[in-house]
Amino acid sequence: LFQCSVKKVNGQEIGLNNNSKNKMSQEAVNGVPCRGKVLTVENMNPNVKRVEYAVRGPIVQRAVQIEKELREGVKKPFTEVIKANIGDAQAMGQRPITFFRQVLALCSYPELLEDNKFPEDAKQRARRILDACGGHSIGAYSASQGIECIRQDVARYIEKRDGGISSSPDNIYLSTGASDAIVTILKLLVCGEGRDRTGVMISIPQYPLYSAALADLAAVQINYYLDEDNCWSLNVAELKRALNEAKQHCKPRVLCIINPGNPTVGQVQSRQCIEDVIRFAKEEHLFLMADEVYQDNVYAEGCKFHSFKKVLFEMGPEYSSTVEMASFHSTSKCYMGECGFRGGYMEVINMDPEVKAQLTKLVSVRLCPPVPGQALLDLVVNPPQPDEPSYTSFMKERTAVLAALAEKARLTEEIFNTVPGITCNPVQGAMYTFPRITLPPKAIDKAKAEGKVPDMFYCMKLLEEEGICLVPGSGFGQKDGTFHFRMTILPPTEKLKVVLQKIRDFHLRFTNEFS
Amino acid sequence: MSVLQEISSDVRNMKQMENFVLFRRTNEIKEELRRGVRKSYREVIDVSWGDPHRAGVKPLSFVRQVLAACLYPELMDGDKLMVDVKQRAQRLLGTCAGGSVGSYCATAGIPQILQSISQYIMRRDGGVPCHPENIYISPGSQWALTNILKVLVNSEASPRTGVLIPVPCHSTTIISLTTLGAVAVPYYLREERGWALEMEELQRALDSAKGVCNPVALYMINPGNPAGYVQSRKSIQEVIRFAAEKKLFLLADEVYQDCVYGKESEFVSYKRALAEIGAPLSDSVELASFHTASKGLMGECGLRTGYVELVNLDPAVMKHINNLFSTNSCPILGQIALDVMVNPPQPGDPSYPLYLKETQHIRASLAQNVRRVEEVINSFPDFSCQPLEGGAFAFPRLFLPPKAIERAKEAGLQPDTFYCLRLLEEAGVLFSPGTEYGQKEGTYHIRFCIMTPTDTMEEILRRLSAFHEQFMKEFS
Repeated sequence: LFQCSVKKVNGQEIGLNNNSKNKMSQEAVNGVPCRGKVLTVENMNPNVKRVEYAVRGPIVQRAVQIEKELREGVKKPFTEVIKANIGDAQAMGQRPITFFRQVLALCSYPELLEDNKFPEDAKQRARRILDACGGHSIGAYSASQGIECIRQDVARYIEKRDGGISSSPDNIYLSTGASDAIVTILKLLVCGEGRDRTGVMISIPQYPLYSAALADLAAVQINYYLDEDNCWSLNVAELKRALNEAKQHCKPRVLCIINPGNPTVGQVQSRQCIEDVIRFAKEEHLFLMADEVYQDNVYAEGCKFHSFKKVLFEMGPEYSSTVEMASFHSTSKCYMGECGFRGGYMEVINMDPEVKAQLTKLVSVRLCPPVPGQALLDLVVNPPQPDEPSYTSFMKERTAVLAALAEKARLTEEIFNTVPGITCNPVQGAMYTFPRITLPPKAIDKAKAEGKVPDMFYCMKLLEEEGICLVPGSGFGQKDGTFHFRMTILPPTEKLKVVLQKIRDFHLRFTNEFS
Repeated sequence: MSVLQEISSDVRNMKQMENFVLFRRTNEIKEELRRGVRKSYREVIDVSWGDPHRAGVKPLSFVRQVLAACLYPELMDGDKLMVDVKQRAQRLLGTCAGGSVGSYCATAGIPQILQSISQYIMRRDGGVPCHPENIYISPGSQWALTNILKVLVNSEASPRTGVLIPVPCHSTTIISLTTLGAVAVPYYLREERGWALEMEELQRALDSAKGVCNPVALYMINPGNPAGYVQSRKSIQEVIRFAAEKKLFLLADEVYQDCVYGKESEFVSYKRALAEIGAPLSDSVELASFHTASKGLMGECGLRTGYVELVNLDPAVMKHINNLFSTNSCPILGQIALDVMVNPPQPGDPSYPLYLKETQHIRASLAQNVRRVEEVINSFPDFSCQPLEGGAFAFPRLFLPPKAIERAKEAGLQPDTFYCLRLLEEAGVLFSPGTEYGQKEGTYHIRFCIMTPTDTMEEILRRLSAFHEQFMKEFS
């Protein structure tokens, strides 16, 4: 049977036992003659074979299997699987914001507008959204770029966020989650053949959507390393190194940066760093993709989110009128945590009008983003104001969510840093921790013997023994010879404590077993 | 100098949708009307999309009540909602992680809903087995189709991958295909025979691909879009045998399967027809069948949710398909709507009477519209409409006078686009031109959605008739 597929990390092939079997279809492997399938692993699109998405990859598949076994009554050392692999706040018990859900319910079933249990500000927003929908229904397609009044609201939100720097609704594209917008831009930019093939710079560690999209598009992935010893900060010297090396085999044209970081504990780049990156992008003629979906998730003391656009404009016209950029946001993260709605947007800055026309054409093919997600986004950028009836309860809920996250971040760092062999950078924002783990050489050997990447071996063992599902660092990329895992800090505080303790105990056991 | 002078050639070469010029003008006209500019109409009737709600059809109450209850469970305290609405909402919330529609779901979709869908498919197909592991829910059926095409189309292959597509065919599929680097190989449906699919034509199309590309798949739309045909069981089985013989992967776009109204017509799924042929074909012919929450009586286009059922695929390929689908999650609300679609209220349920009333109304309106459209269009000598059997559109043929064609060419427009622009300008009705979908050289068509309230359709036909007479006179 096929195991996890072959993966290239940092140019190294981390092979598995089925390398040669990759060439044969399932039936041929089993010795049963192929019934001459039209679509086989040999003739399918080779780019798709390279697509992997660790966040939902083999370890999650095993976790789902274990959950099934538990339901069937199989006895295990635990009674539930804790899925700390995916940034899904509400799955872990975070409550949705009441105001948002009220407006969305009103939009779904407008008869409720007669119900006096709903506050007036919710009704007003619902009416406004419905007025902008075809046939006054969220069931109608919208314009492919997104409902116009919502794009206007997004532009206003951006202006407010960035201290008045103007934003045009025409430069806003609503999308099916930020992922959709990211893939769309990449689709637009990736071109060329052979040595001229577009190279895209991505941080290591990175959020694996990027590597999956680059594989799918057959773009060249250019890795630049974040500095773990300095809170995962980015430095331009490293960008230069990566770029210069890449120039030999591709045409670097795009630089992706995730700020606040993922998986890198929502580390927020300093203002100086952002300026340096912008300068670098200008010098090297790179298109900047600023993934800012965690912009509202920053809670560490002394840490502040600086939007790339704001910094760009504050650097003066030499930069602000030339550097080309797209910035991305989403309704899935931050205090909203509404992953299931697939709401998001991108703002494109300084894009050539002809290219922008191509972008508009490209998005028109997929019809439109889900309308409830667009409606939700409208509420996120246009929340209750101080003079509105829902303001107090809204602020209370929002503050509670962020405070809980901050507390969990602190707790995580505290507990992990007591474990010899686990080092944890302070969680500045976002919803993950990405500790470095020291694995004894015997464990590494055992992993290799089983054909597994060492941190996958570690995480699989943790899953089997404790029912905790994490994502191994190899899924995000890491410096050669280092190992990590990514864990969300989303479970309710009491449960989180238990999880942290179990991981601590597991780590000590593991280290002991392989000493 | 812009960094982006170079962009993907696939994107650059993507054909701009013909409708684009019409949409742009529509927005301008709407703006003019808002500003009080006088026209012979007070609002634009937009029936260029397969979008019933946009055209004025009301959403089904049951599904919207369930959605509202899932979004804001507090609604279930008290007596505003019927018991079956609450039960359904509670059951579905129980299938969501953390009991919330705000969570992500498993790669292929919420498992219990996949289960419901597979049971629906089995019922629909008279008991032919359906395995939930072969179903993937996606943000719209087009999304799923693009993913499957991605797997099939090897853009680096030489010769390039080819996919047989019908003419006429809805435009987004053609664009998706070509953007992925595949070659669209057209096979022409026979308009005069009710848009029948003729096997000789399929063979001719396949032969035409020799030396041009490597055809690997055959894409069919049943019931049709834009043309309103419903394929017979016999025809479907012929196509299946053809695909088996010529080693083609079958892509069956069946999103209009709930929109069948022709008196002699019956929807038979490709899967069912395949099963009825029996072994060895039924165990080997590879098929992907697409459905959606956007069409049919629910018409929830804005929720963006559809699914694909994969039949007889190589398990090794399925693993890669799984990876591909794992990178973007499907909206939860749409999945809830899907559950209602495949499991609507039943007789005896408290919500059933209203559900029945609403659905009967939509069906009756549709039947009436079909009758009226055929009647009115066929009353004109230079306008003809094949019998409408299924789907959501009329796709009548326009016999344009040479002067009109000439004028269109002068304006740099396709003749049917020219007609549609004039119709929009003068009558405030937005149709789409046949050029958008492909048509036999020298023929012209227009497409419009017929899932509208009956009085809207009457208004459309009134405006269309008046315009058409005028237009034909002008260019006689």
